[in-house]
Amino acid sequence: MSISSFIFYFLAAFILISGMLAVTTRKIFRAAIYLLFTMIGVAGLYFWLSYEFIAAVQIVVYVGGIVVLIIFSIFLTHHLSSEMERPNLFRMAFSLLAVLFAFTFCYFIILKNEFLPLGAVPLDLTVERIGAQMLSLTEHGYILPFEVVSMLLLSAMIGCIVIALKIPVESSQKNEN
Amino acid sequence: MIGVPLTHILFLSTALFFIGVFGFLTRRNMITMLMSAELMLNSVNINFIAFNKYLFGHQLDGVFFTLFLIAIAAAEAAVAIAIIINIYRNYQSIDIDDADTLKF
Repeated sequence: MSISSFIFYFLAAFILISGMLAVTTRKIFRAAIYLLFTMIGVAGLYFWLSYEFIAAVQIVVYVGGIVVLIIFSIFLTHHLSSEMERPNLFRMAFSLLAVLFAFTFCYFIILKNEFLPLGAVPLDLTVERIGAQMLSLTEHGYILPFEVVSMLLLSAMIGCIVIALKIPVESSQKNEN
Repeated sequence: MIGVPLTHILFLSTALFFIGVFGFLTRRNMITMLMSAELMLNSVNINFIAFNKYLFGHQLDGVFFTLFLIAIAAAEAAVAIAIIINIYRNYQSIDIDDADTLKF
């Protein structure tokens, strides 16, 4: 086994183990930290596939943004010492069964399918090329989804502020009455 | 890179997706459910990148889809956390079974 494939299997085990711990641990803060490790592992996988730009975006957005946001919301809503209650055994067993069946089903389909590579010459992935194609107006440009996503982000930000805004006490009491 | 077949990467992403599904089904806490959803989105990103690397090396479309997915996941997480904080303010709990006012 070469060094490169060893690194892949190490990363895969790291991602799967920390992902499993993130969904099964009963301390919520630990779940957030395991999620952080999973995200870092996925970023490492992108580095291993030599998609450095995506790996950087993954670290900046997920590790630096989403996980920090989740940790902040845990601080706002939880006492850190408290443990979550143990999930219902019935529900747990049936979720496990459903997940195992679905996983084997999907993986059998993947194994049966024959993947044929189409690209003759692999591109070298530079940020210039990504930026030029993303903002180009020609046939394979991605300017329209780019603009749509920018509008979506703007509206999501405004929506977040409006939703999380504290309503003044008088008006909320009026609503309750 | 060459030593690892595509199916092994797909095994990783499928397993990560179903770990997320398992968390989504068993957790009753809204923040941890959001975390499971993030795991699922991450596994989809791994799929896009792996297919782009192994099958469509002459194109960049997988990269763009991944970038857009990351942006949409960020927007989704922000809106979800705003909703969770608002629910916490109204119910003093973020357990999914406590917020049942709309239930018939």
